[in-house]
Amino acid sequence: MAKRPSRPPNDDIGEAMRLTLYRLQVEIREAEQRAYDLFLQNLVKGTSHLSLGQEAVAAGFAAAMKPGDLSFCTYRGHAHTLARGVPIEKVLGELMQRNNGLMRGKGGSMHLTSEEHGVMGSYAIVGAHMPIACGAAWRAQYRGDKDVSVCFFGDGTTNIGYFHEALNFAAVWKLPVVFVCENNLYMEYTPIGEVTAVENPAADRARAYGLESIVIDGQDADVVYRAARAAYEKARGGGGPSLIECKTYRYSGHSRADPAKYRPAGELEKWRERDPIKIYRERLVQFGIGKDAIDRIEAEVKRKVDEATEKCKAAPPPPPDILTTDVYADGGWAWRN
Amino acid sequence: MAELTYRDAVARGIAQEMQRDPDVVFFGEDVAAAGGVFKTTVGLLEQFGPKRVRDTPISEQAILGAAMGAAMTGLKPIAEIMFSDFFAVCFNYIANEFSKHRYISNGQTKCPLVVRTANGGGARFGAQHSQSVENWCMMIPGLKVVAPSNPRDVIGLLAAAVRDPDPVIFLEHKSLYPVKGEVPDGEIVDRLGIANIVRPGRDATILALALMVPRAVEAAEELKAEHYIDCEVIDVRSLVPLDTQTILGSIARTHRLFTVEENPRLCGWGAEIVSIVADEAFYDLDGPPVRITTPHIPLPAAEVLEDMALPSVDRIVDRIRRSL
Repeated sequence: MAKRPSRPPNDDIGEAMRLTLYRLQVEIREAEQRAYDLFLQNLVKGTSHLSLGQEAVAAGFAAAMKPGDLSFCTYRGHAHTLARGVPIEKVLGELMQRNNGLMRGKGGSMHLTSEEHGVMGSYAIVGAHMPIACGAAWRAQYRGDKDVSVCFFGDGTTNIGYFHEALNFAAVWKLPVVFVCENNLYMEYTPIGEVTAVENPAADRARAYGLESIVIDGQDADVVYRAARAAYEKARGGGGPSLIECKTYRYSGHSRADPAKYRPAGELEKWRERDPIKIYRERLVQFGIGKDAIDRIEAEVKRKVDEATEKCKAAPPPPPDILTTDVYADGGWAWRN
Repeated sequence: MAELTYRDAVARGIAQEMQRDPDVVFFGEDVAAAGGVFKTTVGLLEQFGPKRVRDTPISEQAILGAAMGAAMTGLKPIAEIMFSDFFAVCFNYIANEFSKHRYISNGQTKCPLVVRTANGGGARFGAQHSQSVENWCMMIPGLKVVAPSNPRDVIGLLAAAVRDPDPVIFLEHKSLYPVKGEVPDGEIVDRLGIANIVRPGRDATILALALMVPRAVEAAEELKAEHYIDCEVIDVRSLVPLDTQTILGSIARTHRLFTVEENPRLCGWGAEIVSIVADEAFYDLDGPPVRITTPHIPLPAAEVLEDMALPSVDRIVDRIRRSL
């Protein structure tokens, strides 16, 4: 048996963090796959946008955060929500429109929000959350709070006005915000290159706002984690915003209605060879982490997803009395006396 | 008691709240160093410094988005959108984001912010700088919408808006900025959702908002003096929450209803009130409710045309006289 290479003594990530990164990726993979299966069983209603294939981005950025850091997500937000520690049951329950859901069915798949976990919302209007993240970062700057606001968005967002207004605003006010572009090569059904004037839709625009142009491999959680850590450190130190473009790929279609027939033959297979979980499993082995520990993580996650699924299947739908609650701060919906 | 312009009342109202609460911040285009294009915020930068009073780029989406993010995480931002017509540029935040986030998060999040804006016609600015957009806002669940008609109310309602835990659209009327009024000394704080009977009367109820309030009062004086018609004028002040009780109470006494609305006719606020009255006070009425509005047209720039479009004292008098 070949001797495993030993872990470099000065490795900056370390075993505990590597196990966390792996666990997060597997959790996202299993939960998203389960969401897809439940959709096929007609138990997930409405729409859903999966992050299968993009797990390393969510895991790396979340793992590098501190408690109190804030995530602002898009409608493709299950992965980022789970990565902050929101229970799988809460996420699946929301997708399944049950009373145990994160927002008891009032938000749905595209609006996952868990303030206690720092998930300040998932936003379904492309780009709208970028200025909102600026506002949260402004509060941190104003009060001297040390948290960072992290805003995730897709490649398609780089062509909408919010992107440009937010980057300029954040740069001019030097806000502690990190913008993360998940470039999965497609804006909905259209290849991003066909509708974008530059090759790297986010990074090539960075210089226009006085920011460094950063493109990283979004399939390698170590690369993502290190990029995230550096950007957060810069933000916390008063160095202002960062824009990071992660090259990644989504295995499923844009939304549940999309079979992704627009993909050229062989493209999906080529990306699966660089599957983030496969890459990271090999990384763990390379760093001397035993197969038992890896198997144990996988088994634990599968069990958690199964348990969450059963709880959600048994959970009732939301009760009628919440239809009109929380429109206004008094808890109700009264607009007149 | 001091005499103050509506314009200066804006700065005094903002200052009152900024002095009270360090979480109140104020920002917008040309609001700090320049003191606002309408000079409504002169002196605030000097008084509170560049950390709390900030100029922004021409980025209405960034302004309202940033207001929302700041409000969600603990500040009490007052954001200025220079002209209410520009709401169309950043309407996503008004219609989809800060209005709905509390509901879609099942009550987890809050957005206690105020959007101040210069609303309304009379400045000969044409179709994209003169509109009355209160009806754009009041139809959206989750928002509150107020529009002061005088300097005292600017301060009192602004204080109420800043202290309110929900997002509030605060519609200042640009043609009222130079108008003076008596303002008491010291802190002024109102409650949202209270209409004022500004002129009691027995024969008819006139509902008006913002610039239409002084016009309705002048019309009522003329109707009384020349036609012996005694109108009660109600300043609605707050469209959401709406003080239905004051309105229905007045109609129960006068038995006639007129609304004077600057917004274009279709789906104006008066239509909603007439619908409430039809549902709940139909048998109090001695005649059909009448809506006096701007016609369903874009506003023209020329003085002679714009004056024809907006409800005038003469038009209010004529319409009421012919109906009674």
